[in-house]
Amino acid sequence: MSQTTETKRPVKRSEMSKLRWTWKEMKRNKTAYFMIAPFFLLFIIFTVLPVFLSMILSLTDFNMLEFPEFVGVTNYTRLFLQDDIFILACQNTLIFAAVTGPVSYLLSLLIAWFINELPPKIRAVVTLIFYAPSISGNVYLIWKTLFSSDQYGWANATLMDLGLISSPILWFEDADYVMGLCIVVALWTSLGTAFLSFIAGFQTIDRSMYEAAAVDGIKNRWQELWYITLPTMRPQMMFGAVLAITNSFGFGAVVDALCGFPSVDYAAHTIMHHLSDYGGARYEVGYSSAIAVVLFIIMFASNVVIKKALSKVGE
Amino acid sequence: MAAKVKEKKLKKLRTRGHRVVLNRSAGGDGGIAFMLIILGAFMFLPMYYVVIQSLKPLDELFMFPPRFYVMKPTFDNFGDLVTLMSDSWVPFSRYIFNTVFITICGTVGNLIFASMAAYALAKLRFPGRNAIFQIIVMSLMFHSTVNQVTHFIILSSFGWVDTYLSIIVPSMAGTMGLYLMKQFMETSVPDTVLESARLDGASEFRTYLTIAMPMVKPAWMTLIIECFKTLWNSGASIYIHSEELKTFNYAIQQIVTGGIARSGAGAAATVVMMLVPILIFVFNQSQIVETMGSSGMKD
Repeated sequence: MSQTTETKRPVKRSEMSKLRWTWKEMKRNKTAYFMIAPFFLLFIIFTVLPVFLSMILSLTDFNMLEFPEFVGVTNYTRLFLQDDIFILACQNTLIFAAVTGPVSYLLSLLIAWFINELPPKIRAVVTLIFYAPSISGNVYLIWKTLFSSDQYGWANATLMDLGLISSPILWFEDADYVMGLCIVVALWTSLGTAFLSFIAGFQTIDRSMYEAAAVDGIKNRWQELWYITLPTMRPQMMFGAVLAITNSFGFGAVVDALCGFPSVDYAAHTIMHHLSDYGGARYEVGYSSAIAVVLFIIMFASNVVIKKALSKVGE
Repeated sequence: MAAKVKEKKLKKLRTRGHRVVLNRSAGGDGGIAFMLIILGAFMFLPMYYVVIQSLKPLDELFMFPPRFYVMKPTFDNFGDLVTLMSDSWVPFSRYIFNTVFITICGTVGNLIFASMAAYALAKLRFPGRNAIFQIIVMSLMFHSTVNQVTHFIILSSFGWVDTYLSIIVPSMAGTMGLYLMKQFMETSVPDTVLESARLDGASEFRTYLTIAMPMVKPAWMTLIIECFKTLWNSGASIYIHSEELKTFNYAIQQIVTGGIARSGAGAAATVVMMLVPILIFVFNQSQIVETMGSSGMKD
């Protein structure tokens, strides 16, 4: 009994001193806080604060002019029970993300791996070819020329030349094609930062590991990839996955530029579009905040799931 | 015995050129080359087509079927671009100025703020360091456009809507550059070097500026291109209404959507726009890839 009280006291005391220790450490590292302050302040104001503001405003009715009025979860019930277009937007977003996310991720990884097999001089050129579309801004508008709705577009011209169609297809105005085309264009622009990260990751792997593995009975490059390369690359793959998820959910601008807003029959209407429609055009800030919160939850959930899955690579 | 087997196995590994090539079959090499050519064509041809379009005279633009080469290359489209833009009531040069101004201010601000914070997060031990970094990493997980409405409310409460500030200031707190810079500093700036600078009496800020920063030049370029590509390519913004504050990219979009007759000028404008980031990347590719080597995320 006396022992337990004795052990309790030092713990308590150390907690006290820990607080004081923290305070001392903070004072000692004043410069560190000063160095972080400018960045962190802006980061809080323009990134963190908007998130919390969305959460709060999602529970209100707010039109930017009058003071927000608390309405509970009305926005959310309206969203899921009454808003058919939102349900459609959810479907489109999930289809788009489920295709572009994994495909762009695997494509980045695969191409980076292929490129790593090339001699160094060719490697730089090939890297540029694959990376260029992602840094070239709205160069993706060329797809609108390639798939223009008249016969001067390459796609229509080729199909008509081959006699497969008799009149031009209205690619970006046809609900049957809009989604597929947007996915293709999104993939075309998706070999960005994550792709470079993979390229760098492959280059930094120690070659002696492969030699050791070959002796230990690794027979071909696929086994090498699965048992050696990918496990070593796990940090890069984690980083790439985060970026792939982020991008696959945030592609609204590409669709706007290619198909206009709203897209034909809402065929490429996504949660992001729904959000800017209500927030930007209709000033229903409370409602659009609820949409933003739903999107947040989807993004974070995907991140958690993917990270779990990635930790199993090579095991 | 074991050593003998090992030697035998190593002998089996084929050599190609001067270096040992492990576990590589000719069929696999061919397959990879084939895949790279197919995928490379998919990536490259649209880019190439933009350039070709920009060099086509008007009659070739209207040729059926469209060609992937140009018979009489001309720079007329680039000239048309200037005349077309000078007809608009906001002069062409203004759009370019806006883009250049926003890009330079934002990128320089991001470089200063983010590298300072990255140094503190990578090299100084202070309470709250991990928590701060975790929050920043979390922000990489969502696209900033989710925030657009509340972001707008905050900007308007500062009275920054429809000013350059609405684009420049938030971009200074871009997290991607900070993340890459911090990861790179951790691996490539040895603590011993910083320690000896401190022993010589250098202040923490001085150590950052004169010791750490020169050592992470590759990361500068990476941060710059990350921030640059976003700002340079920023188009229509919901925070800017005035025509005279809009960006070059926005102006291009107006031209390109102007129909087939303008597709030559539109292609010319696109070429101008894409040339800048591509050139920056070409000249810094090895440094950027070097930085990316440490970009990995540990759970």
